[in-house]
Amino acid sequence: MEDLYRDQIIDHYQNPRNHGTLEHPDISYEEDNPVCGDHIRIDLKVDNGIVTDARFAGHGCSISQASASMLTEDIIGKSLEVVRQIGKEHVLEMLGIPLGPVRMKCALLALKVLKAGAYGLQGWPGDEEEE
Amino acid sequence: MTSTLDVAKIRADFPILNRRVHDKPLVFLDSAASSQKPAVVIDAMDHYYRTSHANVHRGVHTLSEEATALYEGARRRIGKFINARSSREVIFTRNATESINLVAFTWGRANLRSGDEILLTESEHHSNIVPWQMLAKEVGAIVRYIPVDAQGYLDTSALDSMLTVKTKIVGIASMSNVLGTIMPIEEVTQRAHGVGALVLIDGAQGVPHLPTDVQAIGCDFLAFSGHKMCGPTGIGVLWGRRELLEAMPPFLGGGDMIRTVTYEGAEWNELPWKFEAGTPAIAESIGLGVAVDYLSALGMPAVRAHEREIIAYALDRLAEVPGLTLIGPDDPDRRGGVATFTLDDIHPHDLAAILDGEGIAIRAGHHCAMPLHRKLGLMASSRASFYIYSLPEEVDRLIEGLYKAKSIFKR
Repeated sequence: MEDLYRDQIIDHYQNPRNHGTLEHPDISYEEDNPVCGDHIRIDLKVDNGIVTDARFAGHGCSISQASASMLTEDIIGKSLEVVRQIGKEHVLEMLGIPLGPVRMKCALLALKVLKAGAYGLQGWPGDEEEE
Repeated sequence: MTSTLDVAKIRADFPILNRRVHDKPLVFLDSAASSQKPAVVIDAMDHYYRTSHANVHRGVHTLSEEATALYEGARRRIGKFINARSSREVIFTRNATESINLVAFTWGRANLRSGDEILLTESEHHSNIVPWQMLAKEVGAIVRYIPVDAQGYLDTSALDSMLTVKTKIVGIASMSNVLGTIMPIEEVTQRAHGVGALVLIDGAQGVPHLPTDVQAIGCDFLAFSGHKMCGPTGIGVLWGRRELLEAMPPFLGGGDMIRTVTYEGAEWNELPWKFEAGTPAIAESIGLGVAVDYLSALGMPAVRAHEREIIAYALDRLAEVPGLTLIGPDDPDRRGGVATFTLDDIHPHDLAAILDGEGIAIRAGHHCAMPLHRKLGLMASSRASFYIYSLPEEVDRLIEGLYKAKSIFKR
C-alpha cells in the first residue's frame, strides 16, 4: 500500500503544480470520470505549436490529481505533436506505481483530457487506451 | 460489549468471512452495498440445481412440480417476513430498482397526468429518483423533494405544506443508504393518505436491517432487494396492496403473465404472475426464501438491536479520530448500521484503497445519491456499514486503518 502512495504522489496531490486556469487559453478541455466523479480541466497556451503554459483544475483522488499535476509539468515546452504522442505508459511511468483497473481510470483521466484537447476533439477516440 | 446476537456463531455461517485480503483477515464493512451470504443460502441454491431444477408453472412432471413448490414456498415465506396479507401481493423482480420502475411504469403511466406531483425526499437513492423523473417527463408530472437536514432528518413541517391534492404518490426510503437515517415512514404514510396520495417505501436498506410490517406501516408499495439481506443477487421483491396490483396494467409481456393468448390479443394472468413475465430467477427466489428464514430465526428485533449497539460504538470511536467528520444522525436510536464520514483532505477513493490494503472493505463515492451529496456540499464520502456478522473488533481495525491513512497523508 505504501507503494501505491509514494511520497511523490502525495506531494503532487497536496502541492499541485500548475494548478488553476488560464485567462485566455488556446486549448481548454475538461472531463469527468463518471464512475468516481473525478473531474479534470486542462488549459494550454500554445505558441507556434509549442506548449508554453499549462494549468489544470478539478477534484478527485490523489492519483487523478497527481497525474494531472505531473503531466502539466511534463508538457510545458514540448510541441503539440509530441503531446499528441504521449501514451499511457509514460503517465504510469511518471506515477511509478502498480495500478488495478479501477485506479487506472483515475491515473489516465488527465491524459485523456490532455489528448482530447490537443487533438481538438469533443471525445477522444482512444478509449481503449484506458484499459 | 454484549450483543443480542451470537455473532461468533453467525460468522461461522458465512464462509467468505474466513477470507484474507492482502494477507490480512477480511473486515467487510460494505454490507449496505451488498451483504455476504450464509452457507444455508448458497447450499439451498446449489441443492436446487442438483436435485430439483426444471421450469416453474409449466410441466406436470415431478421436477417441475418440485421447482414450482420451492418457488412458491419462497414467496409465502417472504410474504410472512413482511407481514403481507397474502403472498399474491409478493411480486418477484430483479431488485428494488426494478420494483420501483415497475410501479412508476405501470401504476404511474395509468394514473398520473400533467400537473400531478410525485413527492420524494432529498435523501433518496438514485433508484427512487430516476424512475420518477422518467415518468414525470413522459406524462408532464412534477417531482418535488421534501427537505432533509444535515443529519438526514425529514422536515415534517415541509411535508405538511408540500402534501396537497396534487400529490399522487410519495416515495421514501425507510432508511437512508448514505446517512443511515431511519425515516418516520408510518407518520409519512398517514399524512400522505390524508391527501389521498399513495406511498411507496424503498426498503432496500430498511428491510434487511429493521423489522418491517407492511400492514403496520400502512403503505401501498414496498420495494426491496434480496442481495442486501443475505440472499443472492438478481432477486428482489415488489409488495403492493392487492387491489392496487389488480388494477395495474402488466409491466413486461411474455410467457407466464398471461391467461390466454390469441393472435389478436391476450388476457392477463392473476396475481402475482401477471407481473412475472418469462422464466423467473427460480434458484435466487429459493435462496431469498432461505435468507428470510435465516433472518427470522435470528429475529429482526435482535438484528436491529445488534446494529444499534455496533453503530453506537462506531460513532463513539470515529468521533475520537482527529480530522474526521461524521455525517448523519448522532442518535443511534435513529440511525441504522451505516457510518459515513470524511477524513482530512484524503479523498474517499484514496482512503478506501489504503483500507483495502489492510483487508478492510468500505464504500467510497457518492453511494448512488449524488443530489444528497451536492446538498451536503460533498463530492464524495466514505461509508462503513455493518450487519449481523459485524464485530466491535472490526470497528477497531477500521480506526487503525484510518490512522494509517492519516500517517500516509502526513496529517
